[in-house]
Amino acid sequence: MSERQVEVEILRYDPETDQAPKLQSYSVPCQEEWVVLDAITYIKDHIDTTVSFRWSCHMAVCGSCGMMVNGEPALSCKSFLRDYPDKIRIEPLAHFPIVRDLVVQLDDFMEKLNRVKPYIIPKEKKSVSDGQHKQSPAQLKAFKQYTLCINCTLCYAACPQYGLVPDFIGPAAMALAHRYNLDSRDGGREQRQEVVATDEGVWECSFVGACSEVCPKQVDPAGAIQQMKIASTVDWYKEHLMPWSKP
Amino acid sequence: MSGKAYIREMPKTTWWLSHSRYRRYVAREVTCIPIGIYTAVLIWGLMRLSQGAAAWEGFIEALNSPLSILFHLVAFVFAVVHTISWFNVTPSAMRVQIGEDFAPGAVIIGAHYTGWVVVSLIVLFMAGV
Amino acid sequence: MEKIQIDIAIVGAGGAGLRAAIALAESDPNLRIALLSKVYPMRSHTCAAEGGAAGVIKGDDSLDLHFSDTVGGGDWLCDQDAVEYFINEAPKELTQLEHWGCPWSREPDGSVAVRPFGGMKIKRTWFAADKSGFHILHTLFQTSLQYPSIRRFDEFYTTDLLVEDGRCQGCTAIEMSTGLMYQFQAKSVIVCTGGAGRIFSFTTNGAIKTGDGMALAFRAGVALKDMEFVQYHPTGLPGTGILLTEGCRGEGGILVNKHGYRYLQDYGMGPEPPLGEPVLKTMELGPRDRLCQAFWHEQRKGNTVSTQWGDCVHLDLRHLGEKKINERLPFVRDLSISYVGKDPVHDLIPIRPVVHYMMGGIHTDINAATTMPGLYAAGECACVSINGANRLGSNSLTELLVFGKRAALNAIEYISSGGKDVDDAAVTKLANEAQGRITTLFQKSNGTETISGLRKEMTDTMEQGAGIYRTEESLKETCNKLNELRSRFSAVELNDKSNVFNTDLFSALELGAMLDVAETVAVGALERKESRGSHQRLDHTQRDDNNYLKHTVAYHDKTDPPRIDYLDVVITKSKPGVRDYSGDKK
Ligand SMILES: Cc1cc2nc3c(=O)[nH]c(=O)nc-3n(C[C@H](O)[C@H](O)[C@H](O)COP(=O)(O)OP(=O)(O)OC[C@H]3O[C@@H](n4cnc5c(N)ncnc54)[C@H](O)[C@@H]3O)c2cc1C
Ligand code: SF4
Ligand code: FES
Repeated sequence: MSERQVEVEILRYDPETDQAPKLQSYSVPCQEEWVVLDAITYIKDHIDTTVSFRWSCHMAVCGSCGMMVNGEPALSCKSFLRDYPDKIRIEPLAHFPIVRDLVVQLDDFMEKLNRVKPYIIPKEKKSVSDGQHKQSPAQLKAFKQYTLCINCTLCYAACPQYGLVPDFIGPAAMALAHRYNLDSRDGGREQRQEVVATDEGVWECSFVGACSEVCPKQVDPAGAIQQMKIASTVDWYKEHLMPWSKP
Repeated sequence: MSGKAYIREMPKTTWWLSHSRYRRYVAREVTCIPIGIYTAVLIWGLMRLSQGAAAWEGFIEALNSPLSILFHLVAFVFAVVHTISWFNVTPSAMRVQIGEDFAPGAVIIGAHYTGWVVVSLIVLFMAGV
Repeated sequence: MEKIQIDIAIVGAGGAGLRAAIALAESDPNLRIALLSKVYPMRSHTCAAEGGAAGVIKGDDSLDLHFSDTVGGGDWLCDQDAVEYFINEAPKELTQLEHWGCPWSREPDGSVAVRPFGGMKIKRTWFAADKSGFHILHTLFQTSLQYPSIRRFDEFYTTDLLVEDGRCQGCTAIEMSTGLMYQFQAKSVIVCTGGAGRIFSFTTNGAIKTGDGMALAFRAGVALKDMEFVQYHPTGLPGTGILLTEGCRGEGGILVNKHGYRYLQDYGMGPEPPLGEPVLKTMELGPRDRLCQAFWHEQRKGNTVSTQWGDCVHLDLRHLGEKKINERLPFVRDLSISYVGKDPVHDLIPIRPVVHYMMGGIHTDINAATTMPGLYAAGECACVSINGANRLGSNSLTELLVFGKRAALNAIEYISSGGKDVDDAAVTKLANEAQGRITTLFQKSNGTETISGLRKEMTDTMEQGAGIYRTEESLKETCNKLNELRSRFSAVELNDKSNVFNTDLFSALELGAMLDVAETVAVGALERKESRGSHQRLDHTQRDDNNYLKHTVAYHDKTDPPRIDYLDVVITKSKPGVRDYSGDKK
């Protein structure tokens, strides 16, 4: 296995001792097939144990390890060193407050997830003894893509709208609302509209499309938001131009 | 006692220079300015039309200036660029599910282009070309 | 110290912890619930599970068949009353998840689809493509958001259980973002902290699976049960240990050695069926222990393929075709293209056995209750004994749900029987002591040991001595090494002296937990002089029901190796027999 020396710069910040973050550089002997996360764990194990970062699964599914790698939001466990030059700059995800080193504060994101009511609000009450719902493969496919979000928040780090207007509910939470709206078992769209079809919701999105470009799971939150805009617009027309169409 | 989380402020006016993706976005948004102006010109023309033949003649006259022709060319190019950039994202914004599968992106984009051509032909036909 | 007073604290917010929390909140909206987790709930390792969850639902299946598959798969070390309860509840729990929105894959008629899994006689594994655990975890987490009574403490690292008057009365935890210690005073605590695969170096388990909860209970005096049973999964990607789900074989994938030969037929799992027509419970659909042991023998015979990552065999999915692979195994395709550069549609995938799951855990009874009043445990950290000596794939995700809920309901019953008030003064004193221990570790200087150094020595000795095949000699060496490492652990010094998100501190605490847990594995294995399920001894190759049809229970000792004792296995209707994976054709 071939080894390669990579210079890894990490943005360090410890609120107890630092006024502002600063870059610190490490020279890391890397294996060719490593991902960026491997280089960082190498630093932690062998060079500097004080570097703080989050990770767990090392298989791009837990969503912990998002970082800015050379200025681009990425999952560090799925960013292969072979795709990068011999110098890599690693920073905490953009647009989020830095808690410490590469660890960012997620409270705002968690609150927004909660706000869109991301759970089935049943169309009709059904108990377990009534058995399962029928849901055709086509009905499943209608929302399946939007269930794939791993909450890695790369999309928030990419979205300039979120950076400029922190009240914006943002891509992942909105895609999740859309996921439940499209589920054949759900009847909660109207409740979610109160949160989503607002100035902090879909109408804050100017369709930069950055979220969908960086999403590691091809969720396409930008698409979801545009679909919600169209649906909300149709709602508006129905309500104002065809009041009889509403029950 | 532990200190506070560090907030990186985004530069309010120059943020879009920081990434090619943002520059592309701003370019797309900028293309709609000439389209907006063109629409204003069109409305102004309608107004002149309602004011009688002489006013209309004057409006047509004004359109004939080199500057105006240049502007219309620019507006046309921007409109095309803007339209193409929007048509390209229609498959994710307007998904069409047929049976289990979604209609392929090319079909949805193609349908938009077809619609565009058809509407243009109708307009040209009505304009007597 | 911050003091949080609640009725029930749940430690761990993976599949088991979330299911327990929802059950509590649904049963009584006035209950005060604290849900603690060292990571945000959706980061819990349940998200990595791919294949699916077993539960009888189809007409051609029966509870009896699920029972006999499970008990035989576990080499008769399962408690049969617990298995019976489990298989009965399984379909209800999976249906409940369906109601909560889990995107289960479907049949054309709209009913939930099932796929074959290793060691199962009938197709009964519910799946959501090849991200079943991910969808289960996110469904549970999102569902939990609608219950305001579930107070979440995300990124709180639990350090100790608070035991006073013989009852568990809460726990202490460090808020990771500030380093502040909290005491949670609770009438009952449910531990749902998951497995401990990280005691080995080559594992499918994420960084967080360090056996913390097992160590919490163990140190508080509760036994760890059947710890020597460690499951290897036959199809891990070399290098990273990333799992390729058993669903690969369930959908028809085959294993071949370097000659392109389906070697499993040489190990009592044949005959070989035609390609694309897998026969349930034979060949590639045999149980995991047998498949991993077969790999070991192939390696000895020189039939494995040598790759840059060591010896491998091949998983062949090519005959499934691109459409089926994309629909049923999209994640597998993505993972193997990314991490080993092989596209299953066109290439053979190199794979090798990898440490995957702990059958053992905190000793609980069928009610998910430990022997300590007030303390419950569920999920991978617990051992109710439905998995015996070898878990069948897809039983675990279901177990999280069934016993997560059961733990919750029994904890409610326990606290409502009265007399369970927390002794504030005594518990606060205990919490202060716990904080004192952390402070000592934190402030120590002149340490001579490093965390990563000790951790490496631990995982190395586990791989060497307590792997797929074990001997008296190898185990003795491992036991001695682990005991040495435990004493050297007291010389660890932290370099990081910050209170804010000090991962150095948490790594040290995790290492301490892992060393305790690892020792129970090695000592349990040394004492079990037979071969059963995943525990294979080269010096005692036969199963010995006369002496070892028993659960191992290990008790903690501060300095010495754990004390080992044995408990009877509950046998109701299935007498120990021969595990036969050769199909009906003999
Ligand atoms: C790659 C992989 C694939 C698998 N596939 C399948 C499958 O297809 N079918 C199947 O049935 N099973 C499968 N399994 C097994 C199954 O997924 C696990 O056994 C199960 O998910 C464990 O769930 P849990 O709730 O017990 O623990 P986890 O999901 O691991 O959650 C543990 C929780 O405890 C918390 N915690 C731990 N320590 C502390 C502490 N000190 N303080 C505070 N909180 C703490 C963590 O933060 C986390 O929230 C798979 C396992 C792996 C690794
Ligand atoms: S939508 Fe994509 S980028 Fe955003 S959080 Fe989900 S998975 Fe990550
Ligand atoms: S470590 Fe889980 S997504 Fe990277």
